[in-house]
Amino acid sequence: MSALLQSLAEGFDTLPRRDAGGLASARGAALEQALADGLPGTRNERWKYTPLRALERRSFSPVTTLPDFDAAALELPDGPRLVFANGVFAPALSELSGLPEGVRLQPLSQALERGAAPHAEFLARRFDAADEVFARLNAALATEGAWLQVAAGVDCPQPLHLVFISVPDETDRGFALRHVIDLAPGAQARVVEHHLALGEHRHLGNALSQIRLGAQAGLAHLRIQSESGGATLMQRTDATLAEATQYRRVDLELGAALSRHELNVGLHGRQAQLHANGVLLGGGTMHLDTRLGIEHNAPDTACQLNWRGLAAQRSRVVFHGGILIQAGADGTDARLSNKNLLLSDSAEIDTQPVLEIHADEVQAAHGATVGNLDPTALFYLRSRGLDEMQARRILTAAFGREALAVIEDEAMRGFAAGQLDRRLEELA
Amino acid sequence: MTMLKIDNLHATVGGNRQILKGLTLEVKPGEVHAIMGPNGAGKSTLGNIIAGRDGYEVTAGSVNFDGRDLLELAPEERAAAGVFLAFQYPVEIPGVNNTYFLRSALNAQRVARGEVELDSMQFLKLVREKLAVLHLDDKLLHRGVNEGFSGGEKKRNEIFQMAVLEPKLAVLDETDSGLDIDALKAVAEGVNALRSPDRAFVIITHYQRLLDYIKPDAVHVLADGRIVESGGPELAMQLEQHGYDWIRQRVGPEAA
Repeated sequence: MSALLQSLAEGFDTLPRRDAGGLASARGAALEQALADGLPGTRNERWKYTPLRALERRSFSPVTTLPDFDAAALELPDGPRLVFANGVFAPALSELSGLPEGVRLQPLSQALERGAAPHAEFLARRFDAADEVFARLNAALATEGAWLQVAAGVDCPQPLHLVFISVPDETDRGFALRHVIDLAPGAQARVVEHHLALGEHRHLGNALSQIRLGAQAGLAHLRIQSESGGATLMQRTDATLAEATQYRRVDLELGAALSRHELNVGLHGRQAQLHANGVLLGGGTMHLDTRLGIEHNAPDTACQLNWRGLAAQRSRVVFHGGILIQAGADGTDARLSNKNLLLSDSAEIDTQPVLEIHADEVQAAHGATVGNLDPTALFYLRSRGLDEMQARRILTAAFGREALAVIEDEAMRGFAAGQLDRRLEELA
Repeated sequence: MTMLKIDNLHATVGGNRQILKGLTLEVKPGEVHAIMGPNGAGKSTLGNIIAGRDGYEVTAGSVNFDGRDLLELAPEERAAAGVFLAFQYPVEIPGVNNTYFLRSALNAQRVARGEVELDSMQFLKLVREKLAVLHLDDKLLHRGVNEGFSGGEKKRNEIFQMAVLEPKLAVLDETDSGLDIDALKAVAEGVNALRSPDRAFVIITHYQRLLDYIKPDAVHVLADGRIVESGGPELAMQLEQHGYDWIRQRVGPEAA
């Protein structure tokens, strides 16, 4: 067994709340499956561009108590928020007052302790594919996370913030978080995830989010990943969309040594709509991998996906955009665009749009490009007086910002753009 | 005193194709020169070489601007020195706000000239003045640079940029092409509003109609990489009547 799996399995015996919610056997089974099938190799098509050889040899210790850190160094967002540090809930930094009636936001640990965890639909889910090792590990080991429920017809206008802080520690830590966002029919919510580091560390975070939108529900979801250049993040989001739902999502990834995000969205109800944009900005020797698995399962569903990759220095950006249109999903409109910008000769970008159509009456378009800045645009800016450096910086920032334009909340859009600009300045 | 002095300019594009074959032109402050000619004569090449676009090689001759060797300068240095090119095909740059872009450009030029930068209030005041003079809507300020603009809006935006940047020499590269009569008039009004004793214009065009609204001091015919005929506004009228074949016959087959 690899050092990685062995070290993670060792945490199972001392896992807090392991038996809560009647999940002990499900957790044990998930761990056994993970250990039995092991880590996927690069011959596995789904892991071809993200080798785990280096990670496989590393060990991570579990976290059981809230780490010490200087909370004053944090700029926490205003409004309702759940804050976690190295995967442990930080009640003193969280803010849960003033939530509208019908909006329930709580740490999963509390729900488990009260016996009110959402296990039937969510936590007890099995992962059957041999290469779903991180989802299985998550099913076994995650007893903390964010659980958001919004009751039918309730609109929660203020953004709900989920803040995940990584704190340097004496050893490399491994932690798993399980999140549930469950919107009842007609509910509306806005969620912002912040992933950030208080200093350099080499922890491994494993996050699995399950999202369920009931009919006519709407979710605006922003995730800003600005982690340490040493961090490893394995993330997966599974969302199911019922009839006439609207899921708008933006992922801004600015950092981690190794990051993998699988975004799986099933459009199961007629007229469900997904609008998902993302920016992957790599620097140093980062490896950022995003894998979309969009499944159209009902007629008249729509997805619009616009992902931008920027690879600076010696980084590697990997994108896979998979869209599957099932038989019977007539009237589907699916659009995927993945444009990439190579900012250095030593960087690498791999992009793979895959469209699979089993229905007759569909509109589908996909395109992927990898290139450099447009020389005509560069000349245009320089001819107006901007020097080459300025012109390059402006065009590079604009390339990324375009994907952020769909963030409706002006303050959040400005915040995200500011984070992107700052990171670009660091890489310039 | 000459502002722009182009002497016996020879240039190739794409490594070998000879486009300009001995072009000579002098422009003084306050003057408006029109350069007319058939497609492929080298009109756009001239504009691009003056502004410093990559891909052209000057094989002989010189370009002097205010006594400096213009060909030695980077595009942004030319801009700071007072050269402006209104593009034939203005570039769309989504994600870059028009106002932000223009203020950055103006301040970059001012810094290069050793002048103080304008703060956002001062800049906004300048922009409002220019919009009023050009009868332009301020909606284009809030959009991305040329993003989703119609052909006419793009050309007006070029004139607006010119008005804000206040160059000494403005080269308009087929700014009239593809414009309806209202947009054409608006562009002409913009140019006329900016005419001044210390500013010169070189207006590159295929058609005479823009010159109905902008009265040039001199009209030149560019054919096969050289200026083959120069005259006053009446030359443009003759071209309009007789077409470019008339020039070919007049200057002989070697230039056609």
